[in-house]
Amino acid sequence: MSASESTPEAVGLRAEGRVARRQAWSRASRWILLGATLLGLVVLVVLGIDNAITGIPALDWDFLVSYPSRKAELAGIRPGILGLIWVLALTVILAIPLAVGAAIWMEEFAPRNAILTTVRLNIANLAGVPSIIYGILGLAVFVRLMELGPSILAGALTLALMILPMTVITSVEAISQVPPSIREGSLALGATRWQTVWNHVLPGAMPGILTGTILAVARAAGETAALIVIGAAAFIAADPSLSFAGLLDSFTTLPMQVYSWTLQTKPEFRANAAAGIIVLMIAVIGLNALALVVRDRLRRN
Amino acid sequence: MALANSPEGADLARALRKRPFRRPGENLIQVALLLCAVVSIATTFAIIYVLFSDAIGFFREVSFWHFFNPGNEWQALIDPRTFGVWELVVGTVNVTLWSMVIALPLGLAAAIYLSEYAHAQTRRFLKPLLELLAGVPTVVYAYFALTFISDDILLPLLGGRISFFNSLSASIMLGVMILPIIASVSEDAMASVPRDLREAAYGLGATRLEVAFRVVFPAAISGIVAAVLLAIARVIGETMIVAVAAGSNPSLSFSPLETIQTMTGFMLQVALGDAARGTTDYTSLFAVGALLFLMTFVLNVGAQIVVRRFREAYE
Amino acid sequence: MSLRLRSTTPTGEQAREALRGKPAAEHRPSENVAKPEGEIAFSISDLNLWYGTFQALTNVGLDIPRQQVTALIGPSGCGKSTLIRCLNRMNDLIPGVTIEGNVTYRDADIYGSDVDPVEVRRRIGMVFQKPNPFPKSIYDNVAFGARVNGFRGNLDDLVESSLQRAALWDEVKDDLKKSGLALSGGQQQRLCIARALANNPDVILMDEPCSALDPIATLKIEDLMRELATDYTIVVVTHNMQQAARVSDYTAFMLTDEEITGQLIEYAPTETMFTQPADERTEDYISGRFG
Repeated sequence: MSASESTPEAVGLRAEGRVARRQAWSRASRWILLGATLLGLVVLVVLGIDNAITGIPALDWDFLVSYPSRKAELAGIRPGILGLIWVLALTVILAIPLAVGAAIWMEEFAPRNAILTTVRLNIANLAGVPSIIYGILGLAVFVRLMELGPSILAGALTLALMILPMTVITSVEAISQVPPSIREGSLALGATRWQTVWNHVLPGAMPGILTGTILAVARAAGETAALIVIGAAAFIAADPSLSFAGLLDSFTTLPMQVYSWTLQTKPEFRANAAAGIIVLMIAVIGLNALALVVRDRLRRN
Repeated sequence: MALANSPEGADLARALRKRPFRRPGENLIQVALLLCAVVSIATTFAIIYVLFSDAIGFFREVSFWHFFNPGNEWQALIDPRTFGVWELVVGTVNVTLWSMVIALPLGLAAAIYLSEYAHAQTRRFLKPLLELLAGVPTVVYAYFALTFISDDILLPLLGGRISFFNSLSASIMLGVMILPIIASVSEDAMASVPRDLREAAYGLGATRLEVAFRVVFPAAISGIVAAVLLAIARVIGETMIVAVAAGSNPSLSFSPLETIQTMTGFMLQVALGDAARGTTDYTSLFAVGALLFLMTFVLNVGAQIVVRRFREAYE
Repeated sequence: MSLRLRSTTPTGEQAREALRGKPAAEHRPSENVAKPEGEIAFSISDLNLWYGTFQALTNVGLDIPRQQVTALIGPSGCGKSTLIRCLNRMNDLIPGVTIEGNVTYRDADIYGSDVDPVEVRRRIGMVFQKPNPFPKSIYDNVAFGARVNGFRGNLDDLVESSLQRAALWDEVKDDLKKSGLALSGGQQQRLCIARALANNPDVILMDEPCSALDPIATLKIEDLMRELATDYTIVVVTHNMQQAARVSDYTAFMLTDEEITGQLIEYAPTETMFTQPADERTEDYISGRFG
């Protein structure tokens, strides 16, 4: 390729001395920084492997479908799984309409003034409130004031308030990414603002709202501190009943069971905690992966 | 509409006129949506009311000076009861400090790598993986901290110099947990540093490393500060890891090797017990909770102010 | 972002494949390319450049003289900015770029396998379209290059002499600690020139340096270019023909037409170019008939 007869040395474009050292550092830094980036992940993988070694022997079908027991080898996570599904379903039903409604109001109807700024700031701050504080709120308002007791409904209401800010923020983002031309097109045809939102804006924002919802559910699924504070049980030997009256049953969740086994000193219970963690991690990673898939779909469309 | 069978002008004007309750459904929906937004405001007020009304009850029994006097110990649940919250605050600062020692260099390195070094595809693959670290349930980290980090690694390694329950094992797991917060928020800040600044530096013969550390990093500093504030807020509010692994022995120590208790650790301890309503055992939960709420509030507002200033600088 | 020079990546292959399909006549280099007298700084031949599969430069070849001002003109999208960025390997920083051909600087191959792009950019400075001072003090802006290069002399003197050569010293000498961003647009651009001069380069590349400036600031920069040309080789991209006529010794006219993107149409001493253009398209352009 090079037609030039003379060599680079003529004007010295080769990296030498100090420049060579600087470039060597720069090249090395790529690997050092990559190593630092991966270190956290490596820690998680190592912990995951160690956990799998401890937990897999305890993880069988009986473990999934049995009730807790004083005997570690008989104990299972049935009430934890059922309770978790029950509470999460209720949480989603309570939180999503509220979150999407608030997001629609903020993006489509709110006057652009100090009120909106206040609402925005308020939601950003709520997103940073520790979960244990939501637990205290739930204890005072739902468990005590509304006399729901440490029930499934009280748990779901607490978790719904906890994931509300995060879900509002992602919904606002999704709605704001719907191009204004779509709104203008609809309004120019004589549609009202709500018709425009319902028929055009919401369908466009749906994948984004869905992604945010899934991630919020993943977060709620692992929540323990708030549920301990409202008084959720760690040890329950019955299925939550699938009825309206059942909303007031006491409940446990998988993370609660993991927590109670973690505190046990006997090594057999340690294996139970590890097995519970495997199940919990599969659920959480599955939800995160699902959110990624939905987000990718959204990008492609 | 009315135009078809009308003489002209007057009817048209009437047809176009605003009428307050022309579409009642539309108005109702707007009110319903507004109510959804009001829920978030109501939540904030409810939190403040719940925390502070019982905290006030607490301060009727225990003086402010007693509470904030660094000379008093924190012994809230057994007699003789003393309520020197300083010990719990120091416990919280202890784990914050050590988790930052771990997460700050790693998180910033990750942010710089993702923003300045990684190919677009690598970034698209690595970022969600890294963010998974923040999605792991904290009870899982709590279990790892106690059984793996503390029991299997730190105790055999350090022997008698470290307690079974210690701040270090909790801090390590907290550090891993907040790593993606620091990485992700800082990376966003670095990515929004204008391209021309990088080009200017490359044009002057800077290497990639120099561009990253001498140009991009300083230009993104307020975004990085915001990331750190958010991460600190997350650490001081985190409960399970510290409650399980750091112990429940309040102490004024900043050592990573000792048993301590954080504010959240104490709150969980009260919640697990059966303190009767109205006793100081019970109201101390709200006093500590109110203090925790104020601390996270200041950090979150601080982060937002810094981020806003950063946006103004580049938009 | 690794760079792909003369790459064998699929995109490069595809691009060349696409090119091979074209009739040879279409990418024959222009005949109206003058050989400048005196010493040559850059010698460019058969230069082709692709962004992914999009070809941005086609068979460009010209020689740029030392210690003179050479202007690159042409309508937007003609590849003039792409060309100037080949001269200090700034295009390396864009992912998916493929470059073929020869660019030599004082007989050294800029794209040689043992050539370091950092070394190239240190010697061949660049000033950009939009003034882009670092968000640091005036002093730190000028000192940046010296600091990363481990300059051992007196930094204060270097900053002062660089600012003086960039005709900015008198305006800022009393507050060197002020942020570079606090200056006016024209001052910012002179600060960027001072910053480049502090590296003691041989060449200064200027990519539309006045396009964001008002007429008075523009005149100051143009005066500065003439002054600097006594010591430095200057290559300037401009969309302003009067500017090219005012400041440059040689002018290259580039064009993208329906078939070929980024081709060199004509290269000549500026006076010749503006009085007796050899190519009809040059004449159309300089008389304002298109672009």
